Amino acid sequence: MLEILEYGFMQRALLAGSATAALCAVMGLFMVLRRYSLFGDAVAHTSFGGIAVGMVAGIYPFWTAYAVSVASAILITRMREKFQISGDAAVAVLLSSGIAIGLTLISVSGWPPATVLAFLFGSILLVAPEEAALSVGLSAALLLCVVAIYKPLLYTTFNERQARAAGIRAGAINYAAVVMAGITVVTSVQLVGVLLVSALFVIPNVTAMMYGYGFARTAALSSSIAVSVTISGILLSYVLDIAPAGTIVLLSIGFLAATLGLRSLKVIPRRAGGAHQLPLLQRIARRR
Amino acid sequence: MHAIEVEGVTAGYPQVRALEDVSFAIDDGDLLGIIGPNGAGKSTLFDILLGLNTDYEGTVRFFGRDIRGSRDHLRRTGYVPQDPGFESNFPATVRDVVSMGLRGKDRGRVDEMLKRLWIHELGLRRIGELSVGQQQRVMMAKALVGEPRILVLDEPAAGADVQSSELFYSILRGLNGDGITIVWSSHDLDAVSRLSNRVACLNRTLFFHGEADSFFSDESLVRQYSEATMQAHMREHADA
Repeated sequence: MLEILEYGFMQRALLAGSATAALCAVMGLFMVLRRYSLFGDAVAHTSFGGIAVGMVAGIYPFWTAYAVSVASAILITRMREKFQISGDAAVAVLLSSGIAIGLTLISVSGWPPATVLAFLFGSILLVAPEEAALSVGLSAALLLCVVAIYKPLLYTTFNERQARAAGIRAGAINYAAVVMAGITVVTSVQLVGVLLVSALFVIPNVTAMMYGYGFARTAALSSSIAVSVTISGILLSYVLDIAPAGTIVLLSIGFLAATLGLRSLKVIPRRAGGAHQLPLLQRIARRR
Repeated sequence: MHAIEVEGVTAGYPQVRALEDVSFAIDDGDLLGIIGPNGAGKSTLFDILLGLNTDYEGTVRFFGRDIRGSRDHLRRTGYVPQDPGFESNFPATVRDVVSMGLRGKDRGRVDEMLKRLWIHELGLRRIGELSVGQQQRVMMAKALVGEPRILVLDEPAAGADVQSSELFYSILRGLNGDGITIVWSSHDLDAVSRLSNRVACLNRTLFFHGEADSFFSDESLVRQYSEATMQAHMREHADA
């Protein structure tokens, strides 16, 4: 079992996967709380259009995917602000546009179906050394950006009006958030593919939020869940010879199901009304 | 120099003005209660004071400085909204929320505010798990942790039970005693008369502004205000 860790492709997959999963969980928490749960899905689909543009134009597809995704992330925000289009409608428009552009361009590009499938469903085990380095570098840089603007980002996520009244440039923070989330989505497309990105954005956060912790601990728990399901998903998929992206997402759904089970058994209460009603793990920690 | 000067402020569409030529001024340390029926322009006035609405005619000054297009005055202004306005499952503890109002990382200041607002035992609880009254005290702590000179509160005790409201009012009185200038709105005339030293009665135009005692001791003024409130209430029902 341990010898698989000696393979270069496996080391790259685990490293890039862990870094991207942690970033996805952190950015996803902000987006879920901003009622942008399907943002990851929409930007991932537009990134497919960007990938197709790169393939047809003969440019490294992920560069065009980054450009198109950041542009579409800004466009979603502009559409919401300027035309009072609801968030879910703006997301739906971009989602279908991106996949339509991608399919049309790829149909004329003559690229083999296997390459297209790799973008749609992820190809973490095929990550090249420079792609792994890019994923890890971008993840580290974006996490540092989140730390740098943590307080205004949290405040505008909590309540934008109050943040503005406190003198925070909420507009700039909103754009920073969607641009960072857009870059995060394209980085994670390599891991789980266009079709499953939003699962990595949303499921670890929905799970972590049920444990009743504060913001920083929820983000840390969500990242831990995302990283652990990514590592175990990659290893399990290799051993069982199944698709890694699907395995990662299924494991994260398993985590969510287990949490819901614990909650129904009241190990994690619905509402912590006092010290006596704190979650079991917190009560044990307090006794110590 | 006045703490706040509002001079000839008009806002809203030409056909439907939210505020029409409103002028008043309050001094440092005043506690101004703003009363008026729903739709009287209280929220528009608060938006202007908080820099959320810059589309108005006239001038607003904080300590002599025009606030239009500036964010500087917000560093010295705390705001407590009527509705805390967050997702009920938002994963933030009371301490997280109070820290949002902090400039810098002075944890001691957060502890001090939690104690002052009687919420120090709730520090690790999630904000969504608290009662309305407790949430309002958390919002108050968030507003105060940045050491404001002016505190703006929009119907702060709405929805809270009597006990929580009274605790809130006593805290408000104590803050004003410490020299913080307070502007607050409420539909509770009894609370406004007990707490405020000045009153502004708004119904798109300024119906009255002056000493609270002058307003509440004048039965005809109070009656006119009550009638205007009743008419606005009935209009609201007819529209619905």
